[in-house]
Amino acid sequence: MSRVRVATPLGLHIPGTSVVHRAPAGLKLALLAALGTVVAFVREPLPALGLLGFVAATWLLARLPLRALRQVRGVAVLLVALGAFRWWAAGPGAAVGMVAGLSAVVLAAAVVTATTPTDEIVAVLVRGLRALARVPLLGRVVVPESFALAVALVLRTVPTLLDVAQGARDAARARGVRGPRAWLLPTLLRTVGHAVRTGEAIHARGLLDTARTS
Amino acid sequence: MGGTAVPPTGVLELDGAGVAVVDGEGGTRTLLHPTTLTLSERRVAVVGANGSGKSTLVRLLDGLLTPTTGAVRVHGLDTRRDGARVRGLVGLLFADPEAQLLMPTPLEDVALSLRHLPRRERTERATELLVDVGLGGHLHQPVATLSGGQKQLLALTSVLAAEPAVLLADEPTTLLDLRWKAHVEALLDALPQQVVTVTHDLEAAARAERVVVVDGGRIVADGSPAAALATYRDLMAGLPPELAARDAR
Ligand SMILES: Nc1ncnc2c1ncn2[C@@H]1O[C@H](COP(=O)(O)OP(=O)(O)OP(=O)(O)O)[C@@H](O)[C@H]1O
Ligand SMILES: [Mg+2]
Repeated sequence: MSRVRVATPLGLHIPGTSVVHRAPAGLKLALLAALGTVVAFVREPLPALGLLGFVAATWLLARLPLRALRQVRGVAVLLVALGAFRWWAAGPGAAVGMVAGLSAVVLAAAVVTATTPTDEIVAVLVRGLRALARVPLLGRVVVPESFALAVALVLRTVPTLLDVAQGARDAARARGVRGPRAWLLPTLLRTVGHAVRTGEAIHARGLLDTARTS
Repeated sequence: MGGTAVPPTGVLELDGAGVAVVDGEGGTRTLLHPTTLTLSERRVAVVGANGSGKSTLVRLLDGLLTPTTGAVRVHGLDTRRDGARVRGLVGLLFADPEAQLLMPTPLEDVALSLRHLPRRERTERATELLVDVGLGGHLHQPVATLSGGQKQLLALTSVLAAEPAVLLADEPTTLLDLRWKAHVEALLDALPQQVVTVTHDLEAAARAERVVVVDGGRIVADGSPAAALATYRDLMAGLPPELAARDAR
C-alpha cells in the first residue's frame, strides 16, 4: 500500500534513493543518539573535527541539496556566538572542539530528518517508548499512547499554522502593510485561538476523560 | 443500571442555568441569563443573532462550559459532577472543522474516536465508516489537504464514530457550499440520535420539531418552528442593538 507521507507539509524530508535514505530509520536515530552522547564527552578539537567529517560524508553520500541546510540556519548563528564565547573563555582549541562537535550533531540531525519520512521517525520513537513502558517502574511515567497523540497533533498542526501565517501575511499585504511586524502578532493571536479551540475539541471528544480513567 | 431512582433519560435540561464571566474591566458580563429549559424532541434548532449566546448554550449542554448558576443535566447526569460521562453521551460538531480534526490523516482521526476497540478492529471500523460517508478515497490523505466540505464530513464522521446518544452541532453547514450543505444536512437528518443544531439557515430550522430563539443571552421564543421563526424574523427586522443605540445619540 502506498502511503501519503505526512512529512510533506513539514518540508523536512527530501526524498532520494541513496544508502542514507534507504538505511532503516531506527539505525539512523540510534546513530544520532550515540553521536550526541559521544560529543558530550569530546573536548579535543581533532576527534570533534573527525566526527564532523564523518557526518559531512553522510551528507555528501545522501546527495542532499543545500536547501536542506536552511533548517539549521538559526542554530548556526547560535553556534558562532557560543564559539566566540568559548574562545574568549578557554582558547581557540576548546572553541573549535565545541563548535565542531555541536555542528556534527546539528548536521547529523539535519541529515536524518532530510532522509527519513517524519512518520517513520515517529513510528520508531513510539516503538522505543512502548519498549520503555514495559520496564516495570518506568511504565508508570512513559505513556506511549499520549506521546503518539502529542506527536500526531504536532504533525496535524504544522500545516494549519503555516496556513495561518500565510493568511495573516496575505491580509497584511492586502491592506498595504509590509514587514514582519504586520503579520507576526496576528499570527501569534490566531495560533493561540487555534490552540484554545483544539483544546476544546480534545475535551469534547473525551480524550482527557479516557486518559484519566484508563 | 438498576436501583430505585431511575434517572430520566433522553432529556437535556437547563435548570436555572446561567453563565457570567469576568470582563476585562473586572466587572461581570452575563453570557446567558438563568434559563430553565427541557429538550426532549429528536430535532431541536437554536437560532439567534450573532453574539446572542447560541454557542454558549451548546457548550453548556456538552459540559465544555459549566454554568455559574443553576445546573445542566444530560440524561439525568449533572454536567458539573459527571462531566466525563456527559461527554461520552454527547458529540459536538463545530462550524470550523480545522481545530476539530486532531490527527494528520482521516483514518487516524476516525480511529481516535474508536479507542475502546482493539487496534486492529479500530482501523477496519474506521475504514468502513469513511467508505460509508464517501471518504473512502481519502483514507491516508493529509487532513491539511482536504477541502472544507471533506473536512466537515470527516469531523462529523469522527464525532459519530464514538456513537454519542446526542449530537450538538454548532453551525455545521455555515462554511459549506450548497452541495456539501445538502449532503451534511441529509446525513444529520437521517441520524437516529437526538440532534440539537445551531443554525442561521431558517429553512433548516423549519424542519426541526422545536425551535429555540436566543437573543441577548435569553431565550425569547421557544416552540413550533412556525411561531418561533416568526418571532425571530421580527426580531431581526430592526437594527442590531449596538447600532440602534448609536443612532439614538
Ligand atoms: N469567554 C468569554 N468572555 C467574554 N465574553 C464572551 C466569552 N465567550 C463568549 N463571550 C460573549 O458572549 C456572547 C455570546 O457568545 P456566543 O458565542 O454564545 O454567541 P453566538 O450566539 O454563538 O454567536 P455567533 O452566531 O456569532 O456564533 C458574545 O457577545 C461573546 O462576545
Ligand atoms: Mg456561535
